[in-house]
Amino acid sequence: MPPLIKRLGRFVVGHLDQPLLTFMLLLMITGLLVLYSAANGNWARVNGQMLNMLVALGVLWVFANIPPHYLMRLSVPVYVVGLVLLLGVALFGQVVNGARRWLDLGVTRIQPSELMKIAAPLMLAWYFDRYEATLRLKNYVIAALLLLMPVGLIVRQPDLGTAVLILASGCYVIFLAGLSWKIIAGLAIAGAASLPVLWSVLHDYQRQRVLTLLDPSQDPLGAGYHTIQSTIAVGSGGLAGKGWLSGSQTHLDFIPERTTDFIFAVYSEEFGLIGNGILLVLFLLVIARAATIAAQAPTLYARLLGGAITLTFFTYAFVNMGMVSGILPVVGVPLPLISYGGTSLVTICLGFGILMSIHTHKKLVQT
Amino acid sequence: MSELNISPGVELRDAERELHNFRVRLGVASTLVLVMFGLLFARFCYLQLVMHDHYHTLAEANRISILPIVPNRGIIVDRKGVVLATNYSAYTLEITPSKVESLDNTIEELATLVEITPRDRRRFKKLLEESKRFESLPIRTRLSDEEIARFAANRYRFPGVDVRARLFREYPQGELFSHVIGHIGRISQKDLDRLEGDGRVSNYRGTDYIGKTGLEYSYEQHLHGTTGVEQVEVDSGGRAVRSLSRTPPISGSNLVLKLDARLQEMVYRAFGDRRGALVAIDPATGGVLAFVSKPGFDPNLFVDGIDPQNWNELNTSLDKPMVNRALNGTYPPGSTFKPFMALAALFHGKRTPGQAISDPGFFNFGGHHFRDDKVGGHGLVDMYKSIVQSCDTYYYQLAADMQIDLISSFMGMFGFGSRTGIDISGESEGVLPSREWKRKRFKKPEQQKWYAGETISIGIGQGYNSYTPLQLAGATATLANDGVMFRPHIVDYVENVHSRERTLIEPKPLRTLDIKKEHIAVVKHGMVGVNKEGTGARAFAGAPYTHAGKTGTAQVFSLKGDKYVENRISERLRDHALFIAYAPSDKPTIALAVVVENGGFGARAAAPIARQVFDYWLLGKEPAKPARDDEGATDAPPH
Repeated sequence: MPPLIKRLGRFVVGHLDQPLLTFMLLLMITGLLVLYSAANGNWARVNGQMLNMLVALGVLWVFANIPPHYLMRLSVPVYVVGLVLLLGVALFGQVVNGARRWLDLGVTRIQPSELMKIAAPLMLAWYFDRYEATLRLKNYVIAALLLLMPVGLIVRQPDLGTAVLILASGCYVIFLAGLSWKIIAGLAIAGAASLPVLWSVLHDYQRQRVLTLLDPSQDPLGAGYHTIQSTIAVGSGGLAGKGWLSGSQTHLDFIPERTTDFIFAVYSEEFGLIGNGILLVLFLLVIARAATIAAQAPTLYARLLGGAITLTFFTYAFVNMGMVSGILPVVGVPLPLISYGGTSLVTICLGFGILMSIHTHKKLVQT
Repeated sequence: MSELNISPGVELRDAERELHNFRVRLGVASTLVLVMFGLLFARFCYLQLVMHDHYHTLAEANRISILPIVPNRGIIVDRKGVVLATNYSAYTLEITPSKVESLDNTIEELATLVEITPRDRRRFKKLLEESKRFESLPIRTRLSDEEIARFAANRYRFPGVDVRARLFREYPQGELFSHVIGHIGRISQKDLDRLEGDGRVSNYRGTDYIGKTGLEYSYEQHLHGTTGVEQVEVDSGGRAVRSLSRTPPISGSNLVLKLDARLQEMVYRAFGDRRGALVAIDPATGGVLAFVSKPGFDPNLFVDGIDPQNWNELNTSLDKPMVNRALNGTYPPGSTFKPFMALAALFHGKRTPGQAISDPGFFNFGGHHFRDDKVGGHGLVDMYKSIVQSCDTYYYQLAADMQIDLISSFMGMFGFGSRTGIDISGESEGVLPSREWKRKRFKKPEQQKWYAGETISIGIGQGYNSYTPLQLAGATATLANDGVMFRPHIVDYVENVHSRERTLIEPKPLRTLDIKKEHIAVVKHGMVGVNKEGTGARAFAGAPYTHAGKTGTAQVFSLKGDKYVENRISERLRDHALFIAYAPSDKPTIALAVVVENGGFGARAAAPIARQVFDYWLLGKEPAKPARDDEGATDAPPH
C-alpha cells in the first residue's frame, strides 16, 4: 500500500477500538431495523436517525483522538461551566412541559443537564487522581459534595431520571476509587432505614405517585398506561417473536413513545425471547470490552473515567429495559444506541470516544 | 501525566496494589452487571414463556381501549336546599378541526341544517384559538331533537363533525351568586400545569371543564369526583364494540352552603342599581349568610366558553361587574371604624367611658384644622356620645393620643389588613396603615417615614385605611361575639353523593381576643345607641328586636376646604355609604357590613339595607318595595 494511503488510514482509524466499535455498530443497526418498524415504515424517521448516528460517530472520532491528558485539563473547566449553566437554568431557564430544563443562549437552546452526564464523572475522576496518594474519608466527602451540587439542581428542575443517572455515574467513580466497604455497608443500611421516615414526610399525592410507580394498575389512565401496554407487548412476543413489522401492539398504536423510550417494547414484541437474549449479549459484549479497556488503563484518572462510562452505559440499558418490562418505574431514559434521538446518542458516543482514546493513546505512550 | 500528581513529601504509592484494588472493584461491578442482566433475562422468561399465553390473549384482544368516564360534578345548594349550581345533559354539535378540510365551509354547510348564531361562531373561533387542533370543540350546544335528526340524516357529508351528549353546568340563579359560586370554564394550559404539579392530571382525562373562580375553584377537589375507567373492545377503526370492564366514576360531592338564597336575592334587589357589597356572618360560627357584590354577571356565559363580545362588555363596563367587591374591593371604613377605635382606647387605657372632651367643631394638630362634620361641634362628648353622634373631633384627639403603633397593632388583632381565610380564594388584604406598611409601600425615604399628622385621620377611618367589606363584616362579627373570632366560611358541609356522608366545614375559632368584657360592653352599648337615638335611628325605627350598628361615610373625592354638598358632585365621586350592624344585640345571630358605592351618607343608603336583612333574618319578613330612600335629601343626617 502506498505510504500516503497508509498514513491516511491510520489517521482515520488509528484511535478507534475495533471490537468496541463493531459491537456498537451492531447495536445501532439493530436500532435502525426496529425504528423502521416502530415508525410504521416512515423513512424520514430512519434517515433522521442515520444522520444522528453520523454526527455521534463524528463526535466519537474527535474524542478518540483527544489524548486523555488534554481531557484531564478540561475536566474542571467543563464541570464549572456545566454547574454555572445549571444555575443559569434554575434562575433564567425556560419552562417546557412544566419543567425548567432549557437555557436559551440567544442563538440556541441547550439542556445543561445533558452536559453534566459527562462533566460529573470527568470532575470526580480528576479529583481522585489529583489526591490519589493521600485519599482519606474527607476526599470522599468532598467528592460526594461535588456530585450532589449538580444532582440537586437537576432534581429541582425537576428531571428525576437524569438526576438519578448522573448520581449513579458519580457513585460509580467514588466506588471504583476505593470507598471503604464498611462505609458502603453503612450507607446502605442508613438508606434502607431512612425509607420509612421519608415515606412519613411525603404528601398524600406524592405517596400516590410512588404507589403508582410500584403498581401501574392503580393509575390505568395515567402513568400506569405505559407500563401496562409495554408489558403486554413484551409478553405477547413469546419465544420467537411475532416477526419484524408484525407486532400488533406496535402497529395498532398501543405503545406510547414507541420510537424513543419504549422502543424496546417494539423489539421485544417482534423478536421475542431469543431476540432479547441476543440483545442482552450484544450489550454485554460492549460492556465487557469497555470494562477491559478501563482495567488496562495506565492512570487512575483514565481507569475511573473508563469504569464510570462503562457502568453508566450499563445503567441506561438496565433501567430502560427494566421499565419497559415493568420491574422499574417509568423514568425518561432511552435505550442506548437503539432509541431514536440525537442527544443521548451523542452523549453515549462521546463517552465511548473517551474510552477509545484511553486505550489507543496508552499504546502510543508505551511504544 | 502522572507526574502532575506527585507532590514533595508524599510517599510513593504502591501502583501495583492500587491497580489490583481497582480491578477487584471493577470485578465486583461486573458481577453486579451480570446479576442484573440475569434478572432482566429472568423477567423476560417470565413474561415471554410463563405468562406468554396470558399476554398473547391480551394482545389479541388488544383492540382494548381504555376510556375515561367523566364523573358528575357535585351540585351546590343553599342552606335550605335551593339549587345554585347544577348539571344538565345536552347534545352538542362538535367539530374536530384537524379532521376537517375547510372549517369555514363546514360551518356554513352545518348552518343550513341547524341554527348557528353569530355568537356561536364567535365563541367557536375563540375556543379554536385556545385549544389544540385535535380536540373536539362544540359549535352548538343544546341541540333540539329535530336538529339532531336533521344532522344524523346528513352525517355522511360531515367527516370530523359529531353529535355528543355532554353534561353542562348551569347556574339557575344567574348573576345573584356570580361572586360566590364563581363558574367553571374549559381547562387551560395553566390549569393543566397546576393539575400536573399536584399529580391530579390523570383524574381529569376526558374532563373538559374545571372550576375557575369562587367556590367552583376553591372546592374543585370535592366537586370534581373521581374519573372512572371503562375498558372497551374497539374495531380496527377505533370504534367501541363491546364493554369489557368498567370501574364506575365516583361523582363529585355536593356543597351545602351557609348562604340563604332568599336573603341573597333580597339584598341584591335592595341595592337597586347601586354598586356595592354586603357580607352577613353568623358571629357564633363564622358561617356566611349573604355575600353580595353588585353588580354581578351571568356565570352561565362562561360555561361553554364566553364569546368575545360579551367578554369585552363585562371587562370594559364602567360598573366593573367582574370585580368581586366583597372580596377584593377595598374601601376606607369611615366612621364604622370608630367603635373599634373606642375599644382600642379602653384596651390601652387611653380613655375611660365617662371621660369627656369639649368639641369646638375641629381639632388642631400642627397648625392644621381637622374639621368635624357638625359646624360648631358636638359640645361635651364622652365615649357613648362619640359613637352615637359619630363625633370626629373625639377620634382625631384619640388618634393623636394613641399614635399609629398602638392603633395598628390593635386593629390587626381584629383582622383588619389581613386575609380572613374565607373559603374562596383570591381575597385582598386591604391596607392596615402602620410604620412598617409605609416603609414597604413607598420607595423614597421621605415618603417612607410615618408623620404624626397622618395618624389623625386614621382615627375616623380615613387616611390610608382601606379594608374589604368581608374584613369589616368579620371584625363586626368578632365584636358582636365578644372577641371570639371565627374564620368566615361559606360552605356548611360537603356531602358525598354515594354514601350521603357529610363532612362539616368545622367552625374554626381563629383566636379569642384578650379584651375585657366590660370594655366590649361599653362599645356595644354605644352601637345600640346609634340605632336608638343616633345616626342609625331613622332606618331602624320600630324594629321589634334589639339591634346595634354604626354608620360610616368614606370619602372618594377630597374637597379642599369646601363643604361637601352631595348634589353638586358628580355621581361617581360621591362618598361611599357604609354600615356595620348586628342583631339581636344581646345574643347576636347575624352581623354584617354593607358598602354602597357613591351612596352618600351611610345612614341613608346603607342602613336601610341592613334593616331589611335583619327583618328577614329575625322575623322572616320580606320587603314589599325597594329599601333605598332617595327622597328627603334635604334633611341630611349626620354620617
